[in-house]
Amino acid sequence: MRHMVDIVHNPGVIESPPPWTIVTRADAIPVDRGVAAIVDGEPVAIFRLSVPGGVDAWYAVSHVDPVTDVPIMARGLVGSHGDEFDIPTVASPLHKRRYDLRSGECLDDDTPALATYDVRVVDGFLLVA
Amino acid sequence: MDTATSASTPRHLLVVGNGMVGQKFVDEFIDHSDGWTISVLGEEPRGAYDRVMLSSFFDGSTIDDLNLCDVETLRERGVDFQFGARVERIERKAQQVHLADGRTIAYDHLVMATGSSPFVPPIPGRDQPGCFVYRTIEDLEAIRDWSLRPGVSTGVVVGGGLLGLEAANALRNLGLKTHVVEMAPRLMPQQLDEPAAAMLRRWVDELDIETHLGFATESIEAGDGQPLGLRTAVGDLLEAQLVLFSAGIRPNHQLAEAAGLLVGERGGIVVDDNCTTEDPAISAIGEVACHEGRTYGLVAPGYAMARTLSSRLSGGDEQFEGADTSTKLKLLGVEVANFGIENDDADRVEFNDPINRIHRRVSVLEGQVVGGVLVGDTSGYEILHAMATGAMPSADVAALVVPSSLAAASEVELPDSALLCSCNNVCRGAVKDAVRHGTHNLPDLVSATKAGTGCGGCKPDVSSLLFAELSALGIDAKRSICAHFDHSRQELFDLVRFHRHTTWAQVITAHGLGRGCEVCRPVVGSILASLSNGYVLDGDQGSLQDTNDHSLANMQRNGTYSVVPRIPGGEVLPSQLIALGEIAEEFGLYTKITGAQRVDLFGAQLHELPEIWRRVIDAGMESGHAYGKALRTVKSCVGETWCRYGVQDSVAMAIRVERRYRGLRAPHKLKSAVSGCTRECAEAQSKDFGLIATENGWNLYLCGNGGRTPRHADLFAVDLTDEQAIRYIDRFLMFYIRTADKLERTSKWFEGLEGGLNYLRSVIVDDALGICDELEADMERHVETYECEWAATLDDPARLDHFVEFVNAPEATSTPVWITERGQRVPAPA
Repeated sequence: MRHMVDIVHNPGVIESPPPWTIVTRADAIPVDRGVAAIVDGEPVAIFRLSVPGGVDAWYAVSHVDPVTDVPIMARGLVGSHGDEFDIPTVASPLHKRRYDLRSGECLDDDTPALATYDVRVVDGFLLVA
Repeated sequence: MDTATSASTPRHLLVVGNGMVGQKFVDEFIDHSDGWTISVLGEEPRGAYDRVMLSSFFDGSTIDDLNLCDVETLRERGVDFQFGARVERIERKAQQVHLADGRTIAYDHLVMATGSSPFVPPIPGRDQPGCFVYRTIEDLEAIRDWSLRPGVSTGVVVGGGLLGLEAANALRNLGLKTHVVEMAPRLMPQQLDEPAAAMLRRWVDELDIETHLGFATESIEAGDGQPLGLRTAVGDLLEAQLVLFSAGIRPNHQLAEAAGLLVGERGGIVVDDNCTTEDPAISAIGEVACHEGRTYGLVAPGYAMARTLSSRLSGGDEQFEGADTSTKLKLLGVEVANFGIENDDADRVEFNDPINRIHRRVSVLEGQVVGGVLVGDTSGYEILHAMATGAMPSADVAALVVPSSLAAASEVELPDSALLCSCNNVCRGAVKDAVRHGTHNLPDLVSATKAGTGCGGCKPDVSSLLFAELSALGIDAKRSICAHFDHSRQELFDLVRFHRHTTWAQVITAHGLGRGCEVCRPVVGSILASLSNGYVLDGDQGSLQDTNDHSLANMQRNGTYSVVPRIPGGEVLPSQLIALGEIAEEFGLYTKITGAQRVDLFGAQLHELPEIWRRVIDAGMESGHAYGKALRTVKSCVGETWCRYGVQDSVAMAIRVERRYRGLRAPHKLKSAVSGCTRECAEAQSKDFGLIATENGWNLYLCGNGGRTPRHADLFAVDLTDEQAIRYIDRFLMFYIRTADKLERTSKWFEGLEGGLNYLRSVIVDDALGICDELEADMERHVETYECEWAATLDDPARLDHFVEFVNAPEATSTPVWITERGQRVPAPA
């Protein structure tokens, strides 16, 4: 991989399995946009998607674009695809391939899938593992 | 034949003649000349120069501009050049040549590249002072000196062929009243038929060059120390004090002929497909060579011979099998082309427009293009030439005969084999097939064909092709933005404007479906920005902006960004340049001047952007909006302030225009330029909107484009005052912003406007739609509410939140791998 991440500041980790990383306060993350965080030494892209008439949905996938190896996925645009608009997506800001945020799979071609992570909001905090 | 094999002592290659072809041969052969030493003998006092461009010598070019021979470098590489060296005799048996100065030079292989000489018809009086030929720089210098003599005001060129017209142009450039006389009943009798030549004559007339056809010169009358003029057989006198012969050329084969080598019926040293004569130690190339009974007066066949000979002498197997003499050139500023071969049995498809002085004729035999001629407009030459040579099947000939400036949009005329997406090597045929087999929306089409998944630059073309194919299939093609909106961009713009929406939530709830996507979100973001001009990342608009707009910088291939400050009109204070240099050094930014007269600083990390921009703004600069679908730059030349030719202050006008429209969000980026005179140094005709100064004001050009599909801008209005120009541009831009499709440049938009230029004039000049007040008010609001996005960002700490790479580790940053190239930091190759 062409990008290494230097962890200068090590965020807190909850010991109970799986080892959740407290990323930040959930309300600090803008709606329908991503942020990047370091989880267990890996760069992770976290998305908060608005659900019309419902509660926001959260997703976390690898921050590294599988095509270019560059950590920028969190800076992509989100959307909904599929006949029922039920597939939450992010489009890579480099070359625009779209990925299913639930499975990490690429919707456009056979590009390898993004790794996915679990996300939870507990007591107003965003946890990723 | 000789080859460069296994000689223990190097063999000596002697080239006689240092014209364009002789030089080409040396340039080709030098890289494959192991085992050889090379000597070149040139008769002229200098190395080879570009004879094709000779007439530009009177139009500002210098000898250095025309020079083709890098003597210094070649001498360093061991080539022995001797200029002013005249060969008197070839002694084939001893393999040596004798020079006029008494020296003898031995050769192992001799290359004759002696070219040809102008033919001077045997007319009485042709040898007197004031009579010239047109071949060398010395000829031109003599002509110029003669033209400066008192009493010399009129020149006549004997010969109306290609070279004769070139020579006439040269005389005209010297300020002489110029005549051309031609024996044949038409100009360029070798290349053009009657109708084509007649059209060319209209152009020549326009240049105040007087042509006399069917003119037989009986003698050249002598006056008092200078010619009096040409006397015809019937006794008329055409007065002229300078006579220039350009009645064809004759190969300089005399040396070879005297040495007993075979010479062709119409001259030229006879050579085989290897360019070698009957003596295997002697070759001939260029105008002096006669191949299959034919000599060539064009440079391209000569170059082909040079390549062949170089290949043969270095052990290769290239052959010269005759040359295509198709040509496309600009003669006296007139585009002229001929291609293929004439065939009397062929059908002739013609286009003749005496008003615009365009004649185009294509000959078709049994469905195949075999040849043709184009005068006044050579568009489509490449395709027609490809058809005539069989490189491409002949199709739609009638459409191709019409000049492309008059033809309908050429979109569907390109062959199926034409490349659409060069990243993924997808041709148009593959995309059309997919549409025919049921793929009827853009995302699926892109996914199925891969077209547009590379750099994405061809996506608008894929979209156009989709709609063209759908309508060809009889399917009602609705230009809906994407699956989330059943509206075209124009419809959505009108809806947003009518309902006064200011947020994404309002727009998607009222008019769309689902959560939107990476296609419709930026479209809506652009519409909201065009209409309200607020901060583009406020409220939920932040979720609509592509990464470039979101970071207010341009993402590069390794995830870092580039920074482009606005430099209006390309005018910059030295202190600002110094500040940019200091910033670049401090942050290690790769620095490059852009094509738009600005400075681009590459390699900034997301978290560095605010600090870099704070420094840029402190230096008195502002955002250049290089990241947005917005006005980029208004390029300018220095104009009348400095330039000897300028007639208006182009810099001031460019700055005024750039300041007025900066930050204006549009369906696509907008480029502009202002030129201070008709020389057009700012290239305004390749811009979305451009101004070119006239004595009386400004000519306004609209809808030009460079890039992937270049388009010359159309002249929209002439001699406008500053205020008129601004008013028309206001209306034009807002009309485009309202009605264009997503990611549609003005050039493409214009092609889709039914009624074209006249319609656009009716809307903008005559207010045929009654919307000009609205358009101007919309623009006025933009101008009044503009603020620098970076200044606005730095003023509000909340707006800086997202310039952090990792939310849970503010000090952590990814570290791209850099290498150093030419002293600057660049991304390591993938």
